[in-house]
Amino acid sequence: MQKIIIMAIAIFSIAFSACKKEAVKISETAGLIKVQELSNEDYIIEVYTESGALQLGYNDIYLRLKNKLTGNYEENATLDWMPEMHMVMMTHSCPKSAIEKVSKKQTLYKGYIVFQMPENKDEHWNLTIDYTVGETTGTVSDQISVPNSTYKNVASFTGSDSKKYIIALVQPQQPVVAVNDFIVGLFTMETMSKFPPVENFSILSDPRMPDMGNHSSPNNVSPAYNATDKLYHGKLSLTMTGEWRLNFIIKNADNDIIKGEAITEENESSSLFLDIKAK
Amino acid sequence: MRKSILYILLLAVYTQKIFAQEIDSIPDELQLDEVIVVGKSNQNIGKQTKTLSSLDEYLEKSSKVTLIKRGGYAWEPMINNMSSERLNITIDGMHIFGACTDKMDPITSYVDVSNLSEINISSGQSGSSTGATVGGGLNLVRTKHDFCNQGWSGAVDLGVESNSSLVSTGLNLKYIHSKFFIDADFMYRNADNYKAGKNKTVNFSQFTKYNTSVSLGVKLNEKNTLSGSVIFDNANNVGYPALPMDVALARATITNLQHTAFDINDFIKEWDTKIYFNTIQHIMDDTKRPFVPMHMDMPGWSKTAGIYSKLDAAKEKHYLTFNLNVYYNQSKAEMTMYPNDTAQPLMFMLTWPDVRTTYTGISAKDRIKFNENHSIQYGLSAGFYQNYVADKFGLNSLEIFYPNMKATKQRFLYSTQFNYILNKSNFELNTGLAYGDRAPSVSEGYGFYLFNSFDKYDYIGNPDLKNEKSLESSIALGYKISKFKANISATYFHIFDYIIGKINPDYAPMTIGASGIKEYKALNAVNILSTDLTLEYHPVNILKTRAFFTYNYGKDNQRQPLPLIRPFSFNMSATAFIKNVADIELAVDGASKQYTYSKEYGESETPAFAILNLYAGYVLEKTNYKLHLRFGVENILNTYYSTYSDWNHIPRKGRNFFINVSYTFNKAKQ
Repeated sequence: MQKIIIMAIAIFSIAFSACKKEAVKISETAGLIKVQELSNEDYIIEVYTESGALQLGYNDIYLRLKNKLTGNYEENATLDWMPEMHMVMMTHSCPKSAIEKVSKKQTLYKGYIVFQMPENKDEHWNLTIDYTVGETTGTVSDQISVPNSTYKNVASFTGSDSKKYIIALVQPQQPVVAVNDFIVGLFTMETMSKFPPVENFSILSDPRMPDMGNHSSPNNVSPAYNATDKLYHGKLSLTMTGEWRLNFIIKNADNDIIKGEAITEENESSSLFLDIKAK
Repeated sequence: MRKSILYILLLAVYTQKIFAQEIDSIPDELQLDEVIVVGKSNQNIGKQTKTLSSLDEYLEKSSKVTLIKRGGYAWEPMINNMSSERLNITIDGMHIFGACTDKMDPITSYVDVSNLSEINISSGQSGSSTGATVGGGLNLVRTKHDFCNQGWSGAVDLGVESNSSLVSTGLNLKYIHSKFFIDADFMYRNADNYKAGKNKTVNFSQFTKYNTSVSLGVKLNEKNTLSGSVIFDNANNVGYPALPMDVALARATITNLQHTAFDINDFIKEWDTKIYFNTIQHIMDDTKRPFVPMHMDMPGWSKTAGIYSKLDAAKEKHYLTFNLNVYYNQSKAEMTMYPNDTAQPLMFMLTWPDVRTTYTGISAKDRIKFNENHSIQYGLSAGFYQNYVADKFGLNSLEIFYPNMKATKQRFLYSTQFNYILNKSNFELNTGLAYGDRAPSVSEGYGFYLFNSFDKYDYIGNPDLKNEKSLESSIALGYKISKFKANISATYFHIFDYIIGKINPDYAPMTIGASGIKEYKALNAVNILSTDLTLEYHPVNILKTRAFFTYNYGKDNQRQPLPLIRPFSFNMSATAFIKNVADIELAVDGASKQYTYSKEYGESETPAFAILNLYAGYVLEKTNYKLHLRFGVENILNTYYSTYSDWNHIPRKGRNFFINVSYTFNKAKQ
């Protein structure tokens, strides 16, 4: 009888300790789905997003760095990345943020990347990640998949100042009939590999329904620059389901129009717009 | 014709109420300003029968009710120049609410004359015993049955009208026994487009409708009865020429179970308790219109369940009535829009966001008859009212306009009234004072982009509206000498926080072709006055003449006119009775030019008009059957006209020949 009890306790504690490890792992990536792994001899970097895939435009991307030797996920790594589009004629990067540890998580890191064009049969995206763990440094690199999207959620344009810009929809990723939190990213191309966020511009937003007489909605708030995340925050009001066009006018810090026109009886769409579908 | 019969009945009943007070009978709601008798009654056996006039046409003959017409069918009743959101419309005290955001389905469209015995019209707070109201109440009273060994009886009716090729047919069969009864009826109506004067066809004014109902009753013992009834009403292919859309289906199922106890003790004379349920489905249809900028599906649903209990008691000089009313209603309506590019996704909105309304109210009324000449009446009612937006999508939609709104809103509603009645041999006076309030309707509180085709604005509901409150004073005088009778009445309403749509210039409309957005807001105060005068003269026994005039006023406290205020109107008739078997009547119906109208609400001046009508009837009565023939011509001169309450000025019917034949039979030995 006693033996059985001891055995039961032993099994229970083994099971329990095994479970504990599993429990930690599950809660770290709760709500995320792995997209792919990038690896070298020593490390595996796991790439996660909420949807399990990368999309055209803005992506919140989560990373975990796994030490192949110990099997542990690094909790104190420094990560840096460089996405690159390998085109027929050239290679260029895109807007991206720094990679930071997710607060309240042990092994999870986060950053965003804005892919301004999709892949095609001749051209593709590549992601290179540099890591530093203590004294160790290394790099992983692999091709990633960025397919085209149903609705235009990112736009590249040349402003009236002859500079190149990219505008991307950050929020809402799942637009609903309501007043949605509205975040837009505005970036400029300094070099082939540097696309910093644009600061202190003004973005005027005019959402319309092109399939229904181009009507608008009440109580929108045009996105305004927020110095904390360097993105533009506002409110997007959607009164019904269906397709909406977000028309933009962008002005620089001196109030010169960089791109876009107002919507009038004659002008149904701005030359700068993004499209969404409200559910 | 059926309408002159109606006049006679109206007068008979109205006169009876004023000049022949039975002291020992329990008066029904005193303050009933009007009772319209429909169908069979015990009173004037020779002159009336179930006729085939539609319920709307019965209401039209009333002096207190006017109707907003959007087509040939489903006219919306108004009392005291106030429409459905300000009225308490019930079927035998049971609450029932339409399912259309555009008011295409007033409750009166879901029953037919075959279901009813009378319509009780109460003005102002006297209509508040079953629910909150400002303008008054309309209670559609179902056919009642006495338990006696009457055996089988029934009726077959057929009516045709020339103007819209209207065919109406009805069938009724009942078996009445001293211990139980069963009553079934069926009515079918079908009309094509009608023609206005100058032979102008009003397109999209057709309708088809049938109505069937069954009632069963059991006499449990000398003092208790139990009965139940079901009404099923179905209309399809109903056109609304005044609106951009028609109706594919309007269907209602109205059920109830009732227990009545008589003479429980010395004090309680009658106690009715009812449990009821009704459900309405309403589907709009734009597929028949030639030019539709965007096709839309617009279905609506309204379900109500409730309990109603009424106790009548008498003690010494007091006649008391107590009412308990509890109901729960769900109102929901959707709009799905189809883009012209079929590759694009559908667009969807909740125009009524699944609003659940609960109401619990009690009311008490006491009439004290001091003596034959003086009596007073006073009443009090109070209720708890709650709205709850059950659909999250709907709540999110309204939060776009009202970010701080809550899903639940609670209100207290109450009403109080006092009347003094003086009765002399040839003179009666009734004067009263009352106060009451009402909650906003589902559209006024929670409507989302409801397009009003009259003023061309999209209306947005306002969940923060305060109760609309009304202070009302009324006076009615009746005078009779020898062959002459006169009645005059006036009611003045001072309404606070009057709910009406006001333009909000900051918002752009949604409906293609709309001029802008109006949000429901409250006007500080408005004043409405309804007055009417009725004169009757019987120069000789076989001839009766009658004249009716009404003057109405409605403005806000900035002297801006309110919409839908009736211009000066009149009706004059002369009726001849021939040997108790036939009658003939000539009548003139008209109104002056509409001098005062509201441009802000899309109204424009309506010209004066007068039309001439001729009615005649003949009755053949035998022991076990009766044949009743009614025929005549309406709008003899084929005048082209439209009235202030014809939505978007659609014209009314031109010349119309009609004939109604009713055959009623019974197996009882007289």
